[in-house]
Amino acid sequence: MTTILTYSFKNLPSTSKWALRFSLRPLSCSSQLRAAPAVQTKSKKTLAKPNIRNIVVVDGVRTPFLLSGTSYKDLMPHDLARAALTGLLHRTNVPKEVVDYIIFGTVIQEVKTSNVAREAALGAGFSDKTPAHTVTMACISANQAMTTGVGLLTSGQCDVIVAGGVELMSDVPIRHSRKMRKMMLDLNKAKTLGQRLSLLSKFRLNFLSPELPAVAEFSTSETMGHSADRLAAAFAVSRLEQDEYALRSHSLAKKAQDEGLLSDVVPFSVPGKDTITKDNGIRPSSLEQMAKLKPAFIKPYGTVTAANSSFLTDGASAMLIMAEEKALAMGYKPKAYLRDFMYVSQDPKDQLLLGPTYATPKVLEKAGLTMNDIDAFEFHEAFSGQILANFKAMDSDWFAQNHMGRKTK
Amino acid sequence: MVASRAIGSLSRFPVLRILRSRGYICRSFTGSSALLARSHINYGVKGDVAVVRINSPNSKVNTLTKELHLEFVEVMNEIWASDQIRSAVLISSKPGCFVAGADINMLAACKTPQEVVQISQEAQRTFEKLEKSTKPVVAAISGSCLGGGLELAISCQYRIATKDRKTVLGTPEVLLGLLPGAGGTQRLPKMVGVPAAFDMILTGRNIRADRAKKMGLVDQLVEPLGPGLKPAEERTIEYLEEVAVSFAKGLADKTISPKRDKGLMEKLTAYALTIPFVRQQIYKKVEEKVRKQTKGLYPAPLKIIDVVKTGIEQGTDAGYLSESQKFGELAMTKESKALMGLYHGQVLCKKNKFGVPQKEVKNLAILGAGLMGAGIAQVSVDKGLKTILKDATLPGLGRGQQQVFKGLNDKVKKKALTSFERDAIFSNLTGQLDYQGFEKADMVIEAVFEDLSLKHRVLKEVEAVIPDHCVFASNTSALPISEIAAVSKRPEKVIGMHYFSPVDKMQLLEIITTQKTSKDTTASAVAIGLKQGKVIIVVKDGPGFYTTRCLAPMMSEVIRILQEEVDPKKLDSLTTSFGFPVGAATLVDEVGVDVAKHVAEDLGKAFGERFGGGSLELLTQMVSKGFLGRKSGKGFYIYQEGVKSKNLNSDMDSILASLKMPPKSEVSSDEDIQYRLVTRFVNEAVMCLQEGILATPAEGDIGAVFGLGFPPCLGGPFRFVDLYGAQKVVDRLKKYEAAYGNQFTPCQLLIDHAASPSKKFYQ
Repeated sequence: MTTILTYSFKNLPSTSKWALRFSLRPLSCSSQLRAAPAVQTKSKKTLAKPNIRNIVVVDGVRTPFLLSGTSYKDLMPHDLARAALTGLLHRTNVPKEVVDYIIFGTVIQEVKTSNVAREAALGAGFSDKTPAHTVTMACISANQAMTTGVGLLTSGQCDVIVAGGVELMSDVPIRHSRKMRKMMLDLNKAKTLGQRLSLLSKFRLNFLSPELPAVAEFSTSETMGHSADRLAAAFAVSRLEQDEYALRSHSLAKKAQDEGLLSDVVPFSVPGKDTITKDNGIRPSSLEQMAKLKPAFIKPYGTVTAANSSFLTDGASAMLIMAEEKALAMGYKPKAYLRDFMYVSQDPKDQLLLGPTYATPKVLEKAGLTMNDIDAFEFHEAFSGQILANFKAMDSDWFAQNHMGRKTK
Repeated sequence: MVASRAIGSLSRFPVLRILRSRGYICRSFTGSSALLARSHINYGVKGDVAVVRINSPNSKVNTLTKELHLEFVEVMNEIWASDQIRSAVLISSKPGCFVAGADINMLAACKTPQEVVQISQEAQRTFEKLEKSTKPVVAAISGSCLGGGLELAISCQYRIATKDRKTVLGTPEVLLGLLPGAGGTQRLPKMVGVPAAFDMILTGRNIRADRAKKMGLVDQLVEPLGPGLKPAEERTIEYLEEVAVSFAKGLADKTISPKRDKGLMEKLTAYALTIPFVRQQIYKKVEEKVRKQTKGLYPAPLKIIDVVKTGIEQGTDAGYLSESQKFGELAMTKESKALMGLYHGQVLCKKNKFGVPQKEVKNLAILGAGLMGAGIAQVSVDKGLKTILKDATLPGLGRGQQQVFKGLNDKVKKKALTSFERDAIFSNLTGQLDYQGFEKADMVIEAVFEDLSLKHRVLKEVEAVIPDHCVFASNTSALPISEIAAVSKRPEKVIGMHYFSPVDKMQLLEIITTQKTSKDTTASAVAIGLKQGKVIIVVKDGPGFYTTRCLAPMMSEVIRILQEEVDPKKLDSLTTSFGFPVGAATLVDEVGVDVAKHVAEDLGKAFGERFGGGSLELLTQMVSKGFLGRKSGKGFYIYQEGVKSKNLNSDMDSILASLKMPPKSEVSSDEDIQYRLVTRFVNEAVMCLQEGILATPAEGDIGAVFGLGFPPCLGGPFRFVDLYGAQKVVDRLKKYEAAYGNQFTPCQLLIDHAASPSKKFYQ
């Protein structure tokens, strides 16, 4: 399951750097985007569709993205989401009553704030009359939030939407075991002391063993890292290639950070701690150092390591999207059009992480574009072995013919 | 051969040496030229690692033949002699098979034990040399690694296996009445410990890769890969090879140790086994268990214990000697010949002789959600068939669906399926009370009550809703298919599919064709049966077809024997000690007394006096009292939920007493009782072949063993006649004929075989 959004840029050099999700900032090729000059579509004059409203990104912000278990570790997810929303309000000065709807994406839900969008919006000072909901679709939950917003805008339901995403991997809901929960619920219902005692007598020590949220796919019981390692092996991506690509990503991210290009980051003052102003996971290393690491998932001979994977991340983002006429009427200078999107899904066992391969050609065709029309792609993925495997797949006629039902790559 | 020698000498040239040290050519060079020279094994060199690829020509599996053995020795000698090579990887070029075992035909062709001993000793020597190799050898295992294949793998210094369902390791020799004769009995106990080794060698069970890793049978696992730039299977083998090569290098460089860390339990067990007393206790216990289970009918397990013991107590040399000698002895036994015959028969009955059906069955409908219907549904959905299960009532349907779910869930408990896979499989099943969706059915299997008019009714109802190409199959144990097909508008599409209960456990499927059944219909039924994982015999229509017809006279004899005041428990022990898995009286209870009565009546009418013997009255009285066997809780025995020990049903005493007959002393010894049962069975089976109900003796043997529990050590009724001697069978029959009359009259074909000793069912 993955998605790719293509968006044609208006003639603005600074891009909307909204975060797609918590992870992969260091791996994405973001700085290229900035280097890209004003882009004109080459094969088509406009990507506007007849009788459909143009949708624009007014602006977007995000909190600094931190390694899990660092400065954000005592917060709750809605705290981070609230920070992003507050940042957006400051950045755009959008009057809170014009916001029609708020949508957030998240993967691992905190049960106390299962509709985290609403809790964060209330705390951030949005109107309590603005409805909000939360969506989930694994790694692309925040994209799902955006495209849900696009749907509401194109259908004319709304004119102004805030979409965002939040993840706090520092704390995850760890539950009592099913048996323990059942006993506790039954105890609630028990009326007499006798009933309670008889229930308690059924208690066994193993009831206390906790239930951790699955880091694995439910259908295959395989973790993402494991799947990525197998994928890299299937496409014969070497350890060196992966390390080199990861190093490139970190270096580019570092460059962007140093040159102050990550203008979407808003500082976050953690209660009782310092004010956080930048991502702490951008750490260019050397190939020699990276080569020393042991594989993280498939031991002892796998190729995916801590150095060529994204880290577990805490962070949140929010963006303001509007119908174009509304944005212009309000005096905004939008940063981008949201033109088209495509969701795909494949076999969760062997092709779990091959989404870009399937989605890229489809979304280009849907928009009537070719590779030559695009100056920069931005893929958000968690493992360099994975994105390299996707590149190899996209570059293969064999794969296109045998698995994608296409004549050529 | 010449070419391969040429390579050997070429490699001594300095030029090549330089090329090799650069490490970029040799693989394709040596690989391809060696390919020219050898047909079973070729090898290439990657850096300083030799990659030996096993690929038996013209076969889906690799088997250890004399040629392969010779080539292997040759290749290994080259590897050991080469200065460039520091380690080796052993891998198969065939997806789904490492080495499936030794060539059975090679053993079957041996005339004397000495020949077999020689084969064993040669293999022992080769593998011992391999074990002592100073250059580490890594076995890269993907697919079946069985018998001789496993013995080869465990002689290597290191084993890496792909973790998929196709990869199984095991020593199935015991199932062929043999023992692992290439050092397996000596190496396994050292590798996995004595108790686990006994379990493997004595049961012959297949061990999946992840379990093998836990046992210490393999050192590393490789996850199978998905599709990449080539087909998944191909890339997985390539990847396995890459990983194996890296480990081979590591072993040669001593950066990886071939020794495995043992867990605390393993260490404790290993310590306990250093105490002679503990070892003696284990031997004793295992032997007791084996004696109890085999009843002394199978020689192999006892010899296996003996050989393992010799190796441990007297050292490896004595162990090897004992292993090869016992292997030779076992290969000559009747039991082994019978079991090998069954193996061949099974292979034969796993093929579709009728070709590929015009239309593949994708949508299956089953009528009747009883034990049978639900059982058929279970083995269908788990092979991905969209299956409709229709019943007349909601409770009946609910029970059937629960049965399917339970069957699948049991697999989850055994970790053969994940709960997610179970749910996905279960979603292939649609339960319903009407005929909705039957317009898309490619095949309908009815499993309603054994009542002709009911079967007629459902046939007509179904034919009104199904498409033209749809096959109508009837699951019945005795009603002639042509009678069922009599009301069909399209009798060429009607066929019999006789499943055995419990369907998910019993391997046999008996397919019955009428004179009007078309070949394509048969092909379709066989294809579905094979998909369901069945061993299939195809027989002609007739009362009782083949299996029920053979069983009926034996059952009649069972009743007579009970009337002659043989206690049901005694009868059970007589039959099980002859090799039947279930005692005769218990069998009646399991089948159901009402069913037995029904069949006895029907076949009695069809075949008359010949099927007589015991009095039907016994069954009639039992049915009237509600003693229907296990399903009603009472039959000859009493059945209670959760109670394992069986007690006789004392209420049967009066029934048996009222029908008792005086035993005839000249034919009532224990042995005579056993042979009265078996000879009637065998005589009827041979008559089925004589009448053309059966097409081949092999199908007759497979049907009898896999469907009716005929003693596997005898190989089936036809193999039994061949091995026991037709004359002796006829003599027995004549003796009993004198006492009881024409129920024992030997059939013509049997008399023909007795008359000319050269005549055999299996040449």
